[in-house]
Amino acid sequence: MAPYFPHTEADVQSMLEKAGLKSLDDLYSDVPSEFLRRGAYHLPDALSEQELRDWLHSLDSQNAHLKVFVGQGAYDHYTPSVIPYLTQRSEFLTAYTPYQCEISQGTLRYIFEYQSMICALTGMDISNASLYDGPTAAAEAMKMSISCTRKKTRVLLSKGLLPHVIKVVETYAKFHGVEIGYVPVMNGQTCPNCLKAELAKDDVAGVIVPSINRYGIVEDHSGFADAIHAEKGLLIEYCDPSALAVVKTPGEWDADIAVGDGQPLGLPLCYGGPYVGFMAVKKDYMRKMPGRIVGQTADKEGRRAFVLTLQAREQHIKREKATSNICSNESLMALWVTIYLSLMGPEGLREVNRLSSDGAHYLYDELVKTGQFEEVFPGKPFLKEFVLKPKKFPGLMQQKLEKAGYFAALDTEEGYVSFCVTEKRTKAEIDELVKIIKEG
Amino acid sequence: MKYYDKLIFELSKEGRVGYSLPKNQFPAAPELPLQVKRTSALCLPEVSEPDVVRHYTNLSQMNFGVDTGFYPLGSCTMKYNPKINEEIAALPGFNGLHPLMHAGLTKGALKVYQEMNKALAAITGMYAFTFDPCAGAHGELTGLMIMRQYHMNRGDLKRTKVIVPDSAHGTNPASAAVCGLEVVEVKSLENGRIDVEALKPLLDDSVAGIMMTNPNTLGLFETQIKTIAKLVHEAGGLLYYDGANMNPLMGVVRPGDMGFDIMHLNLHKTFSTPHGGGGPGAGPVGVAKHLEDCLPDIRVSGFHGNFGVILRAYAYILMLGKDNFKKVGQYSVLSANYIKESLKDLYKLPIEGVCKHEFVFDGLINDGAHDDVPGATTLDVAKRLLDYGFHAPTIYFPLLFHQALMIEPTETESKETIDAFIAVMRKIAEEAAADPMLLHDAPHNTPISRPDETAAARNPILKYQDAN
Repeated sequence: MAPYFPHTEADVQSMLEKAGLKSLDDLYSDVPSEFLRRGAYHLPDALSEQELRDWLHSLDSQNAHLKVFVGQGAYDHYTPSVIPYLTQRSEFLTAYTPYQCEISQGTLRYIFEYQSMICALTGMDISNASLYDGPTAAAEAMKMSISCTRKKTRVLLSKGLLPHVIKVVETYAKFHGVEIGYVPVMNGQTCPNCLKAELAKDDVAGVIVPSINRYGIVEDHSGFADAIHAEKGLLIEYCDPSALAVVKTPGEWDADIAVGDGQPLGLPLCYGGPYVGFMAVKKDYMRKMPGRIVGQTADKEGRRAFVLTLQAREQHIKREKATSNICSNESLMALWVTIYLSLMGPEGLREVNRLSSDGAHYLYDELVKTGQFEEVFPGKPFLKEFVLKPKKFPGLMQQKLEKAGYFAALDTEEGYVSFCVTEKRTKAEIDELVKIIKEG
Repeated sequence: MKYYDKLIFELSKEGRVGYSLPKNQFPAAPELPLQVKRTSALCLPEVSEPDVVRHYTNLSQMNFGVDTGFYPLGSCTMKYNPKINEEIAALPGFNGLHPLMHAGLTKGALKVYQEMNKALAAITGMYAFTFDPCAGAHGELTGLMIMRQYHMNRGDLKRTKVIVPDSAHGTNPASAAVCGLEVVEVKSLENGRIDVEALKPLLDDSVAGIMMTNPNTLGLFETQIKTIAKLVHEAGGLLYYDGANMNPLMGVVRPGDMGFDIMHLNLHKTFSTPHGGGGPGAGPVGVAKHLEDCLPDIRVSGFHGNFGVILRAYAYILMLGKDNFKKVGQYSVLSANYIKESLKDLYKLPIEGVCKHEFVFDGLINDGAHDDVPGATTLDVAKRLLDYGFHAPTIYFPLLFHQALMIEPTETESKETIDAFIAVMRKIAEEAAADPMLLHDAPHNTPISRPDETAAARNPILKYQDAN
């Protein structure tokens, strides 16, 4: 007997009897016999729970346990212990999508809080209940810009976007039938003049630009919204939501859509997922938004209640005419984000940015002092992440760092190395890392 | 469950904090230039740690999960979520792993992917899997991209249509549209299966393929699958298998053997990972050998998919092992047939015969309608079930019946639980016959009564700031 099946032999017999069947095989009497597998599958033997735990601990120990000095779309911020404690409550963890709202007010309320917090961070009007991850949120924004504009066929991507964001948007665009154009980076930032030249072609539905780009630089998007809106396109800002506590928001840039990955808000790195994509838009685009949305209403007694709303956008109603195919999203990870932001509050989030940025600037200065790197974008504003150009091939340095317990100096496509410092990194760690690099 | 009315914002008081961060050991970094700096206020709650813990504990108590009680939600496979899987997913060597680390640093994680690839291939009869998709619909989209890529690689660019049965999940046609394919619907017969004669004229050289669930959304096995596969393949199309209904086939039938070329699995249904109130899921996509070349071009998520979910599913497969695997399929089908036969004297069963893991009733036989009093609907039955401590079945889906009530018990429910559910369903049928108004007003014992959904859509209040 395996622990997940409550059926006894007697149960099976009496249930078969009620169903008018003689054996378990009769349950498949409608399946052509050539498709029935008689023997056991080519799978491992069943493990006991203890054996399972031992085996997975052994796999866990085969992974390197390193101190992380790399970001590039996945940031090693601290997770307060309250978050896993609360998100493991089975009423949250083992619930389905809140279709039966009378017994799902817990889920519906936290999603409403999540939407409120995403709007507060981004400065936008309306947030949905979550998407899969940052890159797919960008892809949804790409599709949305096409459906929100008339006779526009092309979406522009800044080359400053993280490489994995560009790849996913390109994949979606290829099959959705959307042409992609690119805006290059000049002097460490999405080039405004190149953008204007592309916009002049009169076919641009949307432009996706990074609030903080792949080099860690906080971009200046002055004039972007006006130029794009003059050509009747949409400005889409791809953001690190943690940094939005201190950097200019999509709302302040007059963006139409804000997207990004909620991972920096207390989600573990977990080899890339589960994370949570967010999307927030201006009011005008409410009915074009993909995904679930929770709204406030009242029950028969007039008590405040929350429901899934504006569902006429969604696949289960509109089928092929829906704004997106998304059904399951990343609800539990949205709860992680909501609890994280509740704990941090405005001041905690600012302090996380201060600690990360101060540490990153300290590391930057110390690395430059070693004489082994060239500055790529001197004087450009950054927070927790930056790139440098190594004067010699960085392979040996990376190996030494790994051996000493550090994951740092990640190679980039451009031949730079990328570093990131979060509030988890101490001065002692940074000093040791610099010492290893200095020793060559 | 008790009603609790706060939002976290309403507990806020200026100056309270719920965080504890290290002392700053660094010199201050230069200030951000004014033109890239946030100047607007940041409206987040200011609350203490105990406030947060009590608030979310109170919220959780207005929720119903699989651990709370029976959850017979059709097509959603709400089976038990093993707890050891949660413990394993939280191990630091998995949880702390950066997605951009090279293979030499992630041997344990890569082993999980390799072993899962082997196991899922054995379970489904597919050749290779991609683990990037984060949910079922995401898997569908990925699978359709692979389908289109296959035709593109052959230089066959005119195949722009995909055939979808009228009983399909809404995600099927929606995924096709996102993938740039035109949807052609094929009708079902009165016995709930695809009409093969109606399919034949649709199969020309503009068809990229067909999307199917088998068993279909009525819980019925598509008995003509061999013929359908032959016809579609002869017309140059591919067969896509929507794995939402894979549970009854576990250990018994493999989609690959039935002729499917591409499929996805919902690890958050069939492979026991928790639904989390609507995700995270994972929708790995498997392909037959001749489509392996199409996998590398298709990148649908940021890194390696939802690794944490894949890890839990791997643990589940290891706990079951080859000996118990078949029981998943058999017991899920046994329980569904047992409920169906125990209730069909009171609820309309539109299609007789053995079902798979789920089945659909078309409302009550006697809905109690008399004089001016309208009869009890499927919605009323569903809401009344909540009063008795059960989650409702899926309602008004599939669209083939007006009063559809779709019941899926899964293999992890005991006969005692199922018997209690049957007893309550019988009692509700009696209540409906005697006094349908009692059901119209249900639920009576939940934290809230039926909310005004029309008002919610007409006057959208979508964030705390809107309400205040």
